[in-house]
Amino acid sequence: MIADRPDRRSAKLLAVDSAGKMRHVRRTELASVLSPGDLVVANDAATLPASLCGTHDASGDPIEVRLAAWVSVRDPTRFVAIAFGAGDYRSRTEDRAPPPGMSPGDRLSLGSLVAEVERLLDHPRVLVLHFLGDRGSILGGLARSGRPVQYAHVSRPLALWEVWTTIASDPVAFEPPSAGFALDWSTLAAWGQRGIRFATLTHIAGISSTGDPVLDERLPFDEPYRIPERTAASIRQAAVTGGRIVAVGTTVVRALEAAAKADGGVSSGDGLASGRIGRETRLRVVDAILTGVHQPGESHFELLRAFADDSVLERASAALVEHGYRTHEFGDSMLIERQHRGLWHTSTP
Amino acid sequence: MPAVTDLEELRVAVTGGTSGLGLGLVRLLAARSARVAFVARTARAVERVAHETGAHGIVGDLGRKDDIYPIALQITGNLGGLDVLVNNASSLGPNPLSLLGDTECEDLDQALAVNLLGPFRLTKALFGALAASARDGRGALVINISSDAAIKAYSGWGAYGASKAALRHLTAIWDEEARAERVHFLSIDPGDMDTPLHAVAVPDADRSTLKRPEHSAAEIVETILAALSSQAPRVVGRHP
Repeated sequence: MIADRPDRRSAKLLAVDSAGKMRHVRRTELASVLSPGDLVVANDAATLPASLCGTHDASGDPIEVRLAAWVSVRDPTRFVAIAFGAGDYRSRTEDRAPPPGMSPGDRLSLGSLVAEVERLLDHPRVLVLHFLGDRGSILGGLARSGRPVQYAHVSRPLALWEVWTTIASDPVAFEPPSAGFALDWSTLAAWGQRGIRFATLTHIAGISSTGDPVLDERLPFDEPYRIPERTAASIRQAAVTGGRIVAVGTTVVRALEAAAKADGGVSSGDGLASGRIGRETRLRVVDAILTGVHQPGESHFELLRAFADDSVLERASAALVEHGYRTHEFGDSMLIERQHRGLWHTSTP
Repeated sequence: MPAVTDLEELRVAVTGGTSGLGLGLVRLLAARSARVAFVARTARAVERVAHETGAHGIVGDLGRKDDIYPIALQITGNLGGLDVLVNNASSLGPNPLSLLGDTECEDLDQALAVNLLGPFRLTKALFGALAASARDGRGALVINISSDAAIKAYSGWGAYGASKAALRHLTAIWDEEARAERVHFLSIDPGDMDTPLHAVAVPDADRSTLKRPEHSAAEIVETILAALSSQAPRVVGRHP
């Protein structure tokens, strides 16, 4: 079952503790599976309207570019982009036509924006675009002409407000950090009242699928992140007091583990998360992950194998199917605690 | 008087920034080296004020739902975050002012869209950025520009007064609710000012009795600093 819009009230949560024991609760009762002293860390990246449609001036052919990475973070004059030919989001990315043949210096007219092809990278769909104009006018053009990257499984086009999580702050991501759709301000208030702490970092979630198997094999690209000093301090404090670090989404796991220090804390500031997290990874910071419903084979599922072994994940997958959990970005959630750690506190609010 | 450039750390957004009180705020904040973004509907006026003040100009209509997130994106994208949001853009409703019985529904719609829904939507879109600023120890503040017409029943001011009364109550409730996030909300009545909006409302007013918008802007900046200094002294601290 696929959810194509956030529905916070009816959403469900499967909680899997470190012993592999499972509980089904309403997601609004998320506080009941956390304990005072736990620290929840979420990604506050807001999502750019990263899909731009227009014309390849030299050929007159239609083109869609999806901005996929910053050349230099927060400088909107240059992006790595993935190009598609005719068609739109209703065709699966796998079925989309290749982009028109392009050479460096070619111009693209993309709504109110004009971009020049600066470089072609080592794949026919991947290029570096140089947008003409100053920072303010490019941001304005993106805001007016860009659309969020759409999902083929969603029935009508998503607007920008639908792809910003409640806590979205810094407009740097190309796809939403979707585990964060589980959060709202009343959830955060309930955590605060129970002594469950909350902190954020900014991690630039890259594009998750291009439709090209060769290219997808390389995903996720290296992803820049920024950890505020106060968040690093909260993690240090949780390490001292024995509170668990609960990451909201795979992006937070990637950032915190990339920034991990030997003492269980993390380095604050800017960094780059590279490489994959999977079964072989020994997690150094994160104790549990709150994530969407992912099934075996997806890259996000691979990351869950760092938290629990395959027998637990298989049982969890079966339970998700049996209980009709909704998949995809706006679906239900699961919370998986790293195995070989203390049991969940199963207190009720 | 020597230039006071003490607000270099402060990131402020002002709606309705090309005339009246909003323009006064943009000029004053920019002159004190704050990082300022402002919003207004007319591209030419936005360009003019951006050029004059060095602030980031954003073209958009607070009364249009589809404009809100593009505005929010440009505010945080240009300023690198947000500490203070001033919801100042206002619509009078019917022009000239009219009795409620003579007010077209569309004119009340317009007053509510700009004076109530616009500030609600923009604040909601930027609340993540404001909460992040508060978590970061910088303080976070939303100023909603109010009016004595929000409290007193003035004949002819029905659409404007009702929308401003609703905004005032929204501000008070949001201030209660946002305490957990340490985002503060304030209603400010700047007084009767000599502005284009006032000239439309009361064309035959004796302008000499009206406050200069620059004067109200200076008072509001002091209020912002006082509210923030209790939350985040390092951001608004004066550097000699």
